[in-house]
Amino acid sequence: MRRTPTLVGAALLATALVATACGGDASDGKTRITIGLFGNFGYQQLFEEYEKAHPDIDITDRTASYSDHHKNLAAHLATNNGAADIEAVDVGYINQFKANPGQFVELSADLKDRWLDWKWEASLSKDGKQIGYGTDIGGLAICYRRDLFEAAGLPADRDQVSAMWPTWEKFMETGKRFAANAPAGAKFFDGGPTVLNAIVGQAPTGYYDKSDKIVVGDNAEIRKGWDLVAQGVADGLSAGLLHSTPQWNTGFKQGQFATLACPAWMMAKIKDQAPETSGKWDLAAVPGGGGNWGGSYLTVPKQGKNTDKAVALAAWLTAPEQQAKVFANAGLLPSAPKLYSEQSVAQKADPFFNNAPVGKVFTDAARALKPQYQGPKAGDIQTEFGNAMQRVEQGKQSPGESWDQFVRDVTR
Amino acid sequence: MKTDWRERRHRWDLRYAPYAYVAPYFLLFGVFGLFPLLYTAWVSLQDRNLLDGDAATFVGIDNYVALLTADPYFWNAMGNTLSLWLLTTVPQILFALGIAQLLNRRLRGRTFFRMGVLLPNITSVAAVAIIFAQLFGRDFGLINWALELFGAGRIDWQAGTASSHTAIAAMVVWRWTGYHALIFLASMQAIPTSVYEAARLDGATAWQQFWRITVPMLRPQIIFSTVIATAGNMRLLAEPLLFNPGAGAETGGSDRQFQTAALYLYEYGFKKFDFGYASAIAWLLVIATVAITGLSYLAARRIRTD
Repeated sequence: MRRTPTLVGAALLATALVATACGGDASDGKTRITIGLFGNFGYQQLFEEYEKAHPDIDITDRTASYSDHHKNLAAHLATNNGAADIEAVDVGYINQFKANPGQFVELSADLKDRWLDWKWEASLSKDGKQIGYGTDIGGLAICYRRDLFEAAGLPADRDQVSAMWPTWEKFMETGKRFAANAPAGAKFFDGGPTVLNAIVGQAPTGYYDKSDKIVVGDNAEIRKGWDLVAQGVADGLSAGLLHSTPQWNTGFKQGQFATLACPAWMMAKIKDQAPETSGKWDLAAVPGGGGNWGGSYLTVPKQGKNTDKAVALAAWLTAPEQQAKVFANAGLLPSAPKLYSEQSVAQKADPFFNNAPVGKVFTDAARALKPQYQGPKAGDIQTEFGNAMQRVEQGKQSPGESWDQFVRDVTR
Repeated sequence: MKTDWRERRHRWDLRYAPYAYVAPYFLLFGVFGLFPLLYTAWVSLQDRNLLDGDAATFVGIDNYVALLTADPYFWNAMGNTLSLWLLTTVPQILFALGIAQLLNRRLRGRTFFRMGVLLPNITSVAAVAIIFAQLFGRDFGLINWALELFGAGRIDWQAGTASSHTAIAAMVVWRWTGYHALIFLASMQAIPTSVYEAARLDGATAWQQFWRITVPMLRPQIIFSTVIATAGNMRLLAEPLLFNPGAGAETGGSDRQFQTAALYLYEYGFKKFDFGYASAIAWLLVIATVAITGLSYLAARRIRTD
């Protein structure tokens, strides 16, 4: 593609122009605050609410895909130009960004008590500067398709389903029962990498130890999960789809898989991808106890022109009251623990998931969650781990070879 | 006195005005071409985080040494780049020659077809890559559907090295063949018909006329197209990147089976934020591109006009 530099140049120029146009004061005397997001944060109504309460503020949001968003942010920080006034950062990237806290406005610790301790600490730089206010956490559950379970002769009631898989071993056994009578074209889970991410998210130690040393090669718990998932793949339980790809999106519409490891934000994804499957889904407990996958922060890059107002907006958006609203309309699990016992949150049911008590399932999951330390390049390692499992699914390597290559790659 | 001044101005005008006229190009080239090139060379000698230029340290040629001697994935990416270069450039030129020859006839709706071959080229590369990724989809792709219809099995296009290279090459060839065909067509029309008439009188077949007259007469254009195509295909980025979009797109497949050098650069620069290393990759890619372009120039020049 020989026009790349021109295209990229034009795109950067256009972005820069847009950013300059948005950065300053709008012609109507309002201060324009831009906010860069990825995926679905459930903020649309909140923006309107904030603008109504603050007539001098005009909020413009721009949303990109997960990886584009973070790479654009990196480019904008590197060139000191073009970043939005508020930029969302996923937990998979927060460590890389907090390594350069000078790029961000240091946020006051006055609001610290809003969040779970580990959520607050995960975005603190080494020298104790806070670069981001927490939005949501992932938590973990299993989303499953009632209709496919029934067609395969498995119980579809959520309590019975949860009881079938107290552990991941039992989860895979259930998978084999499913596969024995599965409807044509339907596999038990979407892809090995998704299941692995859930298992990694539950382990007390993940890819790193607390001194930032990569220890995944000797992490028995993760190796056990790897072998288990690889066996599931060998048993034909996987649809072989990599999460967050177009093929995976198609998989929702075509009913290619019956279960999906579900952090709370995943539910919003399912609704976006396959609205026509409403009511067919349900929610069960995750095997193996609480865990976390994902969750985000709002940061305020220093290069913005209205950092004070941006900080105020970021603080408002992440306040418990707003987190409760986001949970109500988009299902993102709050990172403010005081909400877990609040009726409006704890008793929420979701008709898309057959009126599953999402409030109870996820607040239980959040309480049971043992926080795991994320090292500097946890996001990259997660990508490599997904690639490694894909090599097994694609039949390119044996599970043993692929694991060895993975450990070699990440410790190189 | 006054006339003298006028004369002098006139002389200056003749002597210096041409420089002023071409200056804007060189100014733009200096700002957007030369400066980034030299700055990249400087960055490639540093250990530098994308987000923290102030903390960069000078490391000399360490990045280059690491790339050339201790990084198998760099060589993997260079290998993929070369493979894709061959798979895109050669078919592009051959198909373009064929299409130009067809379009050079008295067809009904000639202009329509001539404009039509350029359409793929003005289509946005992102749209092309997304649509081709769907065509080559494993479970619901049109190509696998057709293969199955004819009794051949399904192919997991992204999984294999050969299959993924084929799919990516198809995108590039589809997009660029028409562009080269139009260049060839324009020159074909400049070939005097008397040459063909003489050949016909001597009993030359259409096939012989094509290879003995048309192709040799197109030599300058073929050289131009080969050089342009080579320079472009050596830095394929968007096609392999969008062939497998997702969180791990920049690794170019589960085993980096279609990670090009440009994609490897992108991974280091914008995923790992290792700006120094990425800049060194960029310079090695420049050197490789110049070398390969030189080779293809020599190859294309061998077309004889005997």
